Amino acid sequence: MNIKKILSSLLWIKLVGPVAVLSVFVLGILFWAGFNTAMDKTNTEEFCISCHEMKDTVYREYQSTIHYTNPSGVRATCPDCHVPQEFVPKMVAKVKASADLWHSVLGSIDTAEKFTAKRQLLAEREWRRMRANNSQECRNCHDTNSFDYGAQSYRAADQHLEGLEKGKICVDCHQGIAHQLPQIEQGISIVGGEGVAPETFHSAAPK
Amino acid sequence: MKIRLLTILPAVLFAGLALFPYVSSGSDDGGLVTLRGAPIPESVTDSENALKKPIESLPMERDFTQQPPLVSHAVDNYPVTKNFNKCMDCHSWERYREAKATKVSQTHFKTSEGQDLANISPRRYFCLQCHVPQVDARPLVPNDYERAKSTR
Repeated sequence: MNIKKILSSLLWIKLVGPVAVLSVFVLGILFWAGFNTAMDKTNTEEFCISCHEMKDTVYREYQSTIHYTNPSGVRATCPDCHVPQEFVPKMVAKVKASADLWHSVLGSIDTAEKFTAKRQLLAEREWRRMRANNSQECRNCHDTNSFDYGAQSYRAADQHLEGLEKGKICVDCHQGIAHQLPQIEQGISIVGGEGVAPETFHSAAPK
Repeated sequence: MKIRLLTILPAVLFAGLALFPYVSSGSDDGGLVTLRGAPIPESVTDSENALKKPIESLPMERDFTQQPPLVSHAVDNYPVTKNFNKCMDCHSWERYREAKATKVSQTHFKTSEGQDLANISPRRYFCLQCHVPQVDARPLVPNDYERAKSTR
């Protein structure tokens, strides 16, 4: 009698471990799948332009560029350029981007005029980010080791070889390829001195 | 425990974000319509048109004095807007060495009255009004035009 009782209680104790391990395992899978799904959802174009104030400004500008419309139909969408693929930088980007929820409520850039007023600030911020990570989001698709210099125009090949040799990165030359640029100081107008400074625009060193 | 908490926190945050109700982006054309409200279909590009294929080489010789030099490269998607002049990104006096481009003529630093300016005159801002990409175009009218002697 006593022995049976002891045995059954032992059996229960024996089962606790495997059951707990199994349930943690299953919960882990569910959690990870859910997390990934939610994450992927936030990495779609629809999601980006749903709450970010871009639909009538930068999104529309991007639609006439090569990254949206091109002969082969391959498209780079918002996150391909603006969200890192690596886990930790991706999390950092997501948390930083959540500040836009606050600005969405404030309506900081909800009209074209307000956006124009902030365009330089926003553009410079994104250039800084891309310079700091070696234009990694460009390089996720454009691998300079795979360049066919013979297929490039001779000027492009020349500039690419020389620029890369000097340690320049993609965004040092290729700005404003998917969205309009803010005002750039180019020494053309009589007044001058307005807009992004030349040394910021053509900076080669990471800042 | 600390690590666990750090893992859960962004997850909860993004689960919330995913549930955040968002509106559909609508059609893919960006809402472009004609003046009469008809939708504009996908852009049609005429790739066979020689006029759209600039000859990427050294600039062609000029046929008459004062002819604006031709543009010896494609200029697709090169913005010349209020904010930025892509031509000047390579052809300005500050940039031409690095870009290995031709620098803007000194004649472009004058007002219409001939007064010298420190910067390029705003009246010269729209480069493509005079400088056009060089293409293999047949003359529209048969002619026996010959180059001026001075440019031969």
